[in-house]
Amino acid sequence: MTSAPIEIRSAPHVQSAKTVETIMRNVVYSLLPICAFYVFQYGISALASIAVVTGACLLTERFFVRTGTQAGRLSDYSAVITGLLLALTLPPGFPLWMGAVAGIVAIALGKALFGGIGFNVFNPALIGRAFVQAAFPTAIATYTPSFLPGRFTEFIPSTLAWPLMIPADATAWLKAKNLDALAGATPLAKWKFDGVLVNADELLTSLSGNMAVGPSPLLILLCGAYLASRRYMDWRIPLAVLGSAALTAWLLFAFDPARYPNPFFMLFSGGLILGAVYMATDMATSPVTPKGMWVYGALIGLLTVVIRYYSGLPEGVMYAILIANAASPLIEKITQPVPFGRGVLDRVKKRATYPLNPGYISREEASAVTPKKRFLPNKPKK
Amino acid sequence: MKLVSYFRGEAFQRGVHPPSCKLTAERRIRRLPFPDRVTVPLSQHIGKVPRAIVRVGQEVVRGQPIARSDEWLSVPHHAPLSGVVEFIGLRPGMRGPWVESIVIRAHAGATQEDLWGRPRDLSQATGQDILQAIWDTGMVGLGGAAFPTHAKLSVPKQAKVHTLVVNGCECEPYLTCDHRVMIEHAADLITGIRYAMRATGAVRSIIGVEDNKPDAVLVLRQAIADAHAAGVTEEIHVEAVPTKYPQGSEKMLIMALFGAEMPAGGLPIALGMVVSNVGTLAALGKLLPLGQGLTERVVTVTGPGVAKPGDYRVILGTPLKFVLDYAGAPAVDAMDARQVILGGPMMGQAIASLDVPITKGVSGVLVFRREDMLARESRQTYPCIKCGECVESCPMGLNPSTLGMLAAKREYDLMGEQYYLGDCFECGCCTYVCPSNIPLVQQFRVAKQILREKAA
Ligand code: SF4
Ligand code: SF4
Repeated sequence: MTSAPIEIRSAPHVQSAKTVETIMRNVVYSLLPICAFYVFQYGISALASIAVVTGACLLTERFFVRTGTQAGRLSDYSAVITGLLLALTLPPGFPLWMGAVAGIVAIALGKALFGGIGFNVFNPALIGRAFVQAAFPTAIATYTPSFLPGRFTEFIPSTLAWPLMIPADATAWLKAKNLDALAGATPLAKWKFDGVLVNADELLTSLSGNMAVGPSPLLILLCGAYLASRRYMDWRIPLAVLGSAALTAWLLFAFDPARYPNPFFMLFSGGLILGAVYMATDMATSPVTPKGMWVYGALIGLLTVVIRYYSGLPEGVMYAILIANAASPLIEKITQPVPFGRGVLDRVKKRATYPLNPGYISREEASAVTPKKRFLPNKPKK
Repeated sequence: MKLVSYFRGEAFQRGVHPPSCKLTAERRIRRLPFPDRVTVPLSQHIGKVPRAIVRVGQEVVRGQPIARSDEWLSVPHHAPLSGVVEFIGLRPGMRGPWVESIVIRAHAGATQEDLWGRPRDLSQATGQDILQAIWDTGMVGLGGAAFPTHAKLSVPKQAKVHTLVVNGCECEPYLTCDHRVMIEHAADLITGIRYAMRATGAVRSIIGVEDNKPDAVLVLRQAIADAHAAGVTEEIHVEAVPTKYPQGSEKMLIMALFGAEMPAGGLPIALGMVVSNVGTLAALGKLLPLGQGLTERVVTVTGPGVAKPGDYRVILGTPLKFVLDYAGAPAVDAMDARQVILGGPMMGQAIASLDVPITKGVSGVLVFRREDMLARESRQTYPCIKCGECVESCPMGLNPSTLGMLAAKREYDLMGEQYYLGDCFECGCCTYVCPSNIPLVQQFRVAKQILREKAA
């Protein structure tokens, strides 16, 4: 008679079902509708761009996990998220080879260099984008208008450009599409350089044709709400980003309505919503402390508006997030939570069930008396 | 509901909601048969280890003191069985090392009545007399901490206690022994509470019960109403508190009831309170009037690996093997590795051998089968992805994420000085939620031990 082998582990012996994989997988799920909408807007060029960029990210990740000793596997989905987000921030007609470069840089410089999952200081997708923005300034500013006819059968000519070659001549394509230039102005650029404001409903849904915009902010907010409600994403950061951006924009708007656009326009144009919901909330690059999350988000919102208004660039979300990423360890350090029993101690919650030092306790004669209706009869929950 | 309780200021912040898995909440407490042999370790509680006062070969009757010490922070032990002392020496202990124990072999055919007792009239007794009587019962905290009860209930001279908080939360998943005791021994509990109130000088007593046990709340309210109708004058309340782990910690329970934070490093006595557990007070209520010693306790035997889970009344010193055999988790199956835990799944202790006996502080025996552990084993461990889950679940408001990173770098001093490692009470919430599968609390235990050794 032998005893069954027993295993020893130290407590706790149960664990919640949430793992890195489930978190990442759910983020990917929530990105799928956004990608689908993006493809619906721009056709097969967008699809090819998403596929190539994500593929480049996955292969690079695979390479580093294989060769190095870095933790992480392909099944942790984090490289997929980087790829999808990166593709969504690039213009739909972005040459595919440049997209691949962006993907490789994002993972190699943005993530692997720092030590892989969890150690990256900057959001990898934004590193990739910042790199190609510096390397290919024309291509990244070339936003084709959405909802072109025939977008599901033809590529945008710039998509198929060969590496380091002058792009194919697009005149014939432009003529067929009735456009005068390959690039349509984004709403932000329109405002910045031409002083034209786009209507609110067009901004919100991105459904109006012939406008060069990214995925619909409304859709992104919905997908973000799903993530936040399942607690796969922290709700504080997007709220802080959008709140502080709206507040700053509103203050400036109130100060000089002629010069500054209304806050609504600020919120829903450009990549602010995508940045607030999906980029700023990247776990590894944002603070862990709840107070820190508010500060970090507020910083991003403020910087975005400042960059948009006072710099030569039409868009500021990317740099705002990268700067806040760099500040995140510092923010975390100064916003450590106050441990239980070390804060302001004499602040008793007012509506606690029982008084801490009930008055009748000092009265000797009352000490043996049961008070009648002093306390709420708290019916237990069925 | 959560929102309501938040605005009423009842719940503490943070904490977690593990699946409760209270398989045995509806079953009556049953008595486990007496084993042939019991092993009573001399060290079963916090404080000084008592000495054996019996010899090998001596006949003992159930309830007779077999070990005692004259130290203040120590309690006597009583024979759980009528029989013969067979052996005094080292036997396997629950923490691993072998410990000094007394082995008693039962007399065949003995009725195992409680034969020994010193009934006392405590109706006129002073607080000090009651404390002495509590000391005589050998009572320690039955909730798991095993702190001598008389020491817990004694109030230092300069302090004044006005409230006795009775902890009926039982926030650990799986465990139901306190729940069943509240339902089946409500009258004993009230008696115990009255003694404890007299011992401490408290003028009111509040029983905090998690709101996943509404039946216990109702039974206790009824029992209190009956007692008051029978002329009892003490003020006793029952309060449902939100279900949340670790609600059963003193600090969290006081937060839930009174909305007050206990100062870090302080004891409830600083707020004029003494906290005791329902199981302890119910046992006191039964033993004190009879002047008997603690010889048995209620243990929840449960878990996926147990065929007949239930709350069993087990005599102290019963070997775990005997308990598991009876509850349908036989120990013979060489193919099947498993995990046996004394206590609850969040803070309980996994044991290495089934030869260890049930002691005063064991509230539950939990058996996980091989297949229950596979899911956990196959989980990959990632570096901290800074998701912030641990920060949002630490009831003490620490930053386990940073603490974990410092622990990996062995910066133990920094952890203690700047990140309040000493406040961690090892509840395990951080490890429970960590999606990266980082053994946070396990590292903190090591770090705390190292800091303690450094300080010593
Ligand atoms: S084990 Fe310590 S650090 Fe972890 S949640 Fe509990 S109190 Fe906080
Ligand atoms: S729960 Fe784990 S992964 Fe998340 S911040 Fe804490 S230690 Fe890091």
